[in-house]
Parts: sequence; C-alpha cells; structure tokens
Amino acid sequence: MDRISQMLSDYNVLSAFWMTVQLTVWGALGALVLGTIVTVMRVSPVAVFSKAAAFYTNVVLYTPLTLIAFFFAFGVYMKMRISLVPLSSPHVTHSFLMGVVALAVYHSSLVAESLRSGINTVPAGQAEAARAIGLDFGQSLREVILPQAFRGSIAPLGNTMIALCKNTTVVATIGVAESALVMKEMIEMYADLIVPIFVIMATGFVILTLPLGLVFTWWSKRAAVLR
Amino acid sequence: MSVQSVLFDLPGPKARRRYRILAVVGSIGIAGLVVGMLWLLRAEIAPQRWVPFTDPVVWTAYVLPGLQATLLAATISVATAGVLGVLLGVGRLSHNRLLAAASGVFVEFFRAVPVLLMMIFAFYLFIFTRVFTGSAASLAGVVVGLTLYNAAVIAELVRSGVHSLPKGQTEAGLAIGLTRGQTLRAVLLPQAIRAMLPALVSQLIVVLKDTALGYIIVFPELLQSAQRISANYGNVIVSYFVVAVIFVLINWALAVVAGRAERWVGTRQSGTVMTATNEAMPPIPGLRPVQPIDQIDD
Repeated sequence: MDRISQMLSDYNVLSAFWMTVQLTVWGALGALVLGTIVTVMRVSPVAVFSKAAAFYTNVVLYTPLTLIAFFFAFGVYMKMRISLVPLSSPHVTHSFLMGVVALAVYHSSLVAESLRSGINTVPAGQAEAARAIGLDFGQSLREVILPQAFRGSIAPLGNTMIALCKNTTVVATIGVAESALVMKEMIEMYADLIVPIFVIMATGFVILTLPLGLVFTWWSKRAAVLR
Repeated sequence: MSVQSVLFDLPGPKARRRYRILAVVGSIGIAGLVVGMLWLLRAEIAPQRWVPFTDPVVWTAYVLPGLQATLLAATISVATAGVLGVLLGVGRLSHNRLLAAASGVFVEFFRAVPVLLMMIFAFYLFIFTRVFTGSAASLAGVVVGLTLYNAAVIAELVRSGVHSLPKGQTEAGLAIGLTRGQTLRAVLLPQAIRAMLPALVSQLIVVLKDTALGYIIVFPELLQSAQRISANYGNVIVSYFVVAVIFVLINWALAVVAGRAERWVGTRQSGTVMTATNEAMPPIPGLRPVQPIDQIDD
C-alpha cells in the first residue's frame, strides 16, 4: 500500500487522465466539424465533392490511427513545418496539437459514416416534401435533413465518441504524456505493482467511458424522431 | 432513403451550370491542397527516396516480415477472439444468473478499456513473469490485447444476433421439445453467427488496424518495418506511405468481402444483426427492435 501511494506521488495519474480528457474533447470537436463537412460533400450533387469525400472517408477508415498520428507528427509538423501555433512554441504543445488533429481526422471518417447512417433514417418523404415546397439543396439539408439526421445518428456518434476517448491512448506513440504513456512509465519503474497499475488505469477509462455511453443512450432515446 | 436520388431534383440548365462551376472550383481547391502538400514534402518524396524500394532486400528483409507479423497477429487474435467471444456471448444469454452476470461484467469491462493499455499490461506481465521473452512477448502482448477487446465485441454481436432472430425460432425449438440450451445451440446460434458474418469481417479491419499498436511494445509489425527502413535509408515519409498503402489495400479488400458477405447473408436468413463495434458502423435498415431473450422465451 505504501509503495502504491509512493508511486502515485511520483506519477500524476490525474494529470495524465486530464490530458486524456483534453484530447477527447478537442478531438471530438474537430471530428464533428470535419465529419459534418465531409458528409455534406458526400451527399452533395456535385460529383467531384462526393467522390473526394468518399475517397477521404475510405482511406482514413482503412488506415491505422498510429500511422495517421505519425503522418501529422513527422510529416506535417517536422517536415512541412506546419502547426496550429507558432513554431517557436514548446515541443510538447506541438505534439499535443498534432495528436488532436490526428484524432480529429481519424474519427471524422467515423463521424461521417454515422451521419450518413443518420441521413438514411430520414424518410424519403421528408426530402421530397422539402423539395416540393421549393427549398434548394442547401436549404433542405440545413432545415430538414441534417437536423433529423443528427438526432438519428446520436447512438452511432456516441459509439464514435467512446472509441475516440479510448483511442486517445494511441497518441502515446507520438509522445503525448497521456494515460497509456504514463502507465508504461509507471510499470517500468514499479514492476512489482503491474497489476494494481493496470487496475487503476483501466478503472480510469471505465469511469470516463461508462457515463459517456449512458448519456448517449439516454440522449439518443430522447432525441429519436417518433415515426 | 437513397440519398443521391431524393435529396435534390434533377438539375435544370441553371443548376447544371452552377454545379459545373462548383465542380471546377472544387477540383481546383482539392488539387491545390494536394499539390501544396506534395510541394512542402518535395524533398521527402524526391526520386532518390524511393530507390530503396526497388531493392528486393528492402522487401524481403523489412516489408514482408513486417506484413507477415501483422497478418500472423491478426489471424491468431481473430481465431482466439472468435472462440472466446462466442463463449462469452452464450454465457451472457445463459439463464444461470451468475454466469450471465460474470460474462456481462467481463464484456463491459474489456469494451471500455483501450486495447493499447491491455497490450502494454500483457506485454510487461509476460516479460516480468518470464512466460514469454523477447519478440514472443510482443506477439503475445498484441494477441492478448486484441483477443480480450474483440472477444467482448464479438460477444455483443452474438447477443444482438440472437436477439434479432424472430420469436418463432425459439418457440419452434421449444415446441419440438428441445431444451433452452439445445434451442440456443441448434437453432439460434447457427443463424445468429451467419447473420453476424459481415460484421465479423468488418471487425477484421479493426483488428488489422489495431495490430499497428504493437509498435509501442516493439512488436516487429509493418510500422516497425517502416521505422527501420527509414532509419537506414532516411526516407520517413516514403516508407510510411508504402506501409499505409499496404494497409489500405488489405482493408479495402476486406471491406469488399464484408459487402459480399452482407449480400450473401441477406439472401438466405431471416434475422439481421446490429453491429456492436465501438467503431460505429451504420445500423442496418429494417432492424427489428432488440428484445431481451427472456421476453422472447415467454
């Protein structure tokens, strides 16, 4: 017990999980924005947009997140010298931001698939009615289709958000000090405590993802369009 | 709703002109983005960076062993996760409350914990207890992590597959004098497993992608190969690009197989299965509302 408390004073588990939470929140926001743009492109009447969106979704969906994280950390940041903040900022800031971008890009494809399945739950009559009263593509999407599609896709979006929360561990590979990296360091320093360490970290994720699942299930039931 | 056909009218002359302008602007924008990226990476994708990949040794010493390790880990994991997953799924459907609760806790726990944490834990546990050493420990770590997570996912697939079967299937089984267990084994499970086939193939994609996490526990898979190639030849971007293409091609082929399986299943069975993967898959239209098995039995 003493060694556990000593270990917990050596390693700040809470701040590691705080990093996980930050990655989740910013990654989720980015993924929602990007995913919505991709979905609108995907259903747009202009073939170039829908083909480009389909290509993007599939390529991202079939690439491991680790590779996407590497691409942003090595390719975009180190080789292209592009970042979201001035390049003079500390290195950890860039790793964090590139981690967020990688998470946002990877999960945007899942968000796009969720939204597309949400659009599929909207009856054809809704779109036909929107056209019949003279709304154009943008208007019918904005006013009629997407609001219902969002409500219909809350359940798969919830699954995507849970997956995102767990996938934040992957950015450990580009050196962001989140829970998986801290767990690895802890195990290397306190080999005898490997089981308690795993239980602590796993419980942390259960605490993060379980309420997320409950909230999304409740919300999807509440928001479901009665038909 | 077929999105493409009902979301917008057949374009008239004005709309067609607008679409054409948008298409040109869009093409220029997308092309600009791609060209800009290639320009910024021009030093990294210069011809001499590709030269190592014309050398057969690079393929036989790095790429193919990496691919082999990736496929090996994925194959073992799918097999073990399949067996464990079906057992857990059946356990969760069991009328033995203790067994059902235990399976439930197991499934919910391992669905909530990131695969990477399980891999790191299993890897170090094997190293410390000397059950496996060296690269065997890496492989075992990857397999254990993938097995636990995917078994939980498959257990959910089995459960939702059985729940989605028409009530009459259970009733008929019980009516001809089969016990509940026999009904499950002989009537419900075969149909459920067939119904979950497409979702199972899709899960293969997730497994294959997740083998890349083995990178962090020095499993010599494809990403590790790319890492070694770039360390030797200084072509980071090109090496990772080649590996990414391999991943995309394999997964794309798997997705095609999943699509085929879905059509095949659609022609020959009565139930549908809701995908239980956390990597959200779109729900299948026409899905029956899921009922708890106890209600189906009544």
